[in-house]
Amino acid sequence: MRTLSILFLLLSFALPAGALAQSPEEQGLAIAQEADARDNGFADFTADMEMVLRNRHGQESRRKIRIRTLEVEGDGDKSLTIFDSPRDVKGTALLTFTHKVGDDDQWLYLPALKRVKRIASRNKSGSFMGSEFAYEDIASQEVEKYTYKYLGDAIYDGHDCTMVESYPVDAANSGYTRMVSWRDKDEYRLWKVEYYDRKSSHLKTLTMAGYQRYLDRFWRPHRMHMVNHQNGKSTELHWDSFQYRTGLTDTDFNKNSLKRVK
Amino acid sequence: MAGLRKFVLLSLVSLLAAPLALLLPVSSLCMELTGSVDLEGRFFLQSPQFPDQRSQSASFALNAELYHEFVSGSSLILSPFARLDSADKERSHADLRELNYLHVRDDWELRLGLGKVFWGACEFVHLVDIINQTDLVESLDGEEKLGQPMLHFSFVRGWGVLDLFLLPYFRERTFQGEKGRLRFPLIVDTDHPLYESGSEELHQDVSLRYSHSLGAVDFGLSYFRGTSREPFLIAGLNYKDEPILTPYYEQISQTSLDLQGVYGSWLIKAEAFYRRGYGRPFAAATFGFEYTLVGVFETDLDLGIIGEYVFDDREKVRQGLFNNDLMGGLRLAFNDAASSEILIGIVQDVEQSSRLLTLEAGRRFSDFLRLNLEGTCFMDGAKESVDNSLRDDDFLKLELIYYF
Repeated sequence: MRTLSILFLLLSFALPAGALAQSPEEQGLAIAQEADARDNGFADFTADMEMVLRNRHGQESRRKIRIRTLEVEGDGDKSLTIFDSPRDVKGTALLTFTHKVGDDDQWLYLPALKRVKRIASRNKSGSFMGSEFAYEDIASQEVEKYTYKYLGDAIYDGHDCTMVESYPVDAANSGYTRMVSWRDKDEYRLWKVEYYDRKSSHLKTLTMAGYQRYLDRFWRPHRMHMVNHQNGKSTELHWDSFQYRTGLTDTDFNKNSLKRVK
Repeated sequence: MAGLRKFVLLSLVSLLAAPLALLLPVSSLCMELTGSVDLEGRFFLQSPQFPDQRSQSASFALNAELYHEFVSGSSLILSPFARLDSADKERSHADLRELNYLHVRDDWELRLGLGKVFWGACEFVHLVDIINQTDLVESLDGEEKLGQPMLHFSFVRGWGVLDLFLLPYFRERTFQGEKGRLRFPLIVDTDHPLYESGSEELHQDVSLRYSHSLGAVDFGLSYFRGTSREPFLIAGLNYKDEPILTPYYEQISQTSLDLQGVYGSWLIKAEAFYRRGYGRPFAAATFGFEYTLVGVFETDLDLGIIGEYVFDDREKVRQGLFNNDLMGGLRLAFNDAASSEILIGIVQDVEQSSRLLTLEAGRRFSDFLRLNLEGTCFMDGAKESVDNSLRDDDFLKLELIYYF
């Protein structure tokens, strides 16, 4: 038994990934699972984000956001998104309970009325704050929400990458038929995503840059750039002030804490 | 004079919070001043029904918020509000929307001072939202509220949230003055209100609420006992023998339920209450839906469709605009950098022919500047309808808001 497993171990080292007669679908899923596993165990993090929206004439507008995320064992993350600017939406906050299967739970807090409003989250293709990011692009990326297919390898910006195509499970409520993701083989960092719309034409391209490592383990891009090829608009996200394991708990992610947000 | 005395008393009650806060460790603090300045013009489309009413009015309003957070997460907040109106002296008013200390622990919180609380789920009518008094001169939709002195204890557990309110001081509803539009044929004499309780505005009101989220449904079950926020208006004469309306605030007990649920792309909303007071007990309910179409007409636009119905059990007492009405709304969000938005609404009385049309539109002009346009049209007021006094009050309101 032991010899057999050693032999197996040797084999898997000797042979390149994919040679073990995995189907492209299995390979794609394995890559997604490995990327997800490498992101497990962060517990919680907080970060600041600035969005720069550009129209086709290069005119800019900016939004400032704070994000708090809590990892949930066995389910999707909980997150709190707080809007700081533009000033007319200052204090507005969004509480999201992501689920691996089924619709996410979402509540919006409107500070002028002190009102918490439930939001229907089924349709994920809507624009997030007028940007080129849709809700489904910024939501917690759970493995179960897509099916996968390994397409092959490619070099992206000097990184040896895998190319994996993914398909939304809830296709009727996604803006995409498929996405193609470039991940490097060393650290499973995502470098590029191409989005294809419902008519299967190329809609958007997302690229990442400025990766930094936190807690010696978790890689986070500090710049994300989404270009919409159909309307000529783009959105840049600048991430800053990542803090891990800040001690957030479940009680920081309920409707009472949502109402207290400043 | 009476108004000044009340304001002083109100400030004293809320200032009880301040010394408490000083007892707390003040190490690293974060202090923030934000707010907005609001220039508003209102243009009425028909000549006024009553003498002295104006066809246009301009006003200036200030909303400020001073917020101070302690390391523990506890906080102090001060939010004054003031408006100066060119036409209506009752609309020129000031209020402390908030002045309170909030003490936060893991599974409970305590708020002491003037605060604001919202209960409810529906868009057109807010039936169960009873803690704060409506600042009616600000807006007819009942969404503007006066600061309410309170001791609010909130207990958060896995089985839900339990809220307890002690409300030591009552705030009277604001009403339009003689020169103001959007008023009853007679002036409401807010200087001489009547109360059922001998303690008048010092009657101690209490309220209890249990709320919880169960899967796709959020609900709240509430009980309130104390001075009704909604006065009866009694016709009479003032000391100058002029006909007036005197607000009469009765003692009530009210049990209410509010509920919002998600079913796929549908939001389902409902509110209902059962109220016991001086007269026959009665009930009122409103319910409806909201459905959002994302990316309509092959664009980035989102179209929200709202449908609601409201019914009030009282047959003769038809003080509110909403007694047996169907309401519909279309909300168009452009998803552009300016966050442009248009909301059109219709309220149609089921029994009478009276109808109300509303339009709200807004867009941002910079990070600090926003322009809103609002229009209201009162159509075909049935002769016996109370809101008939508004039939010539169709108006457009333009509002420029600067945020700081």
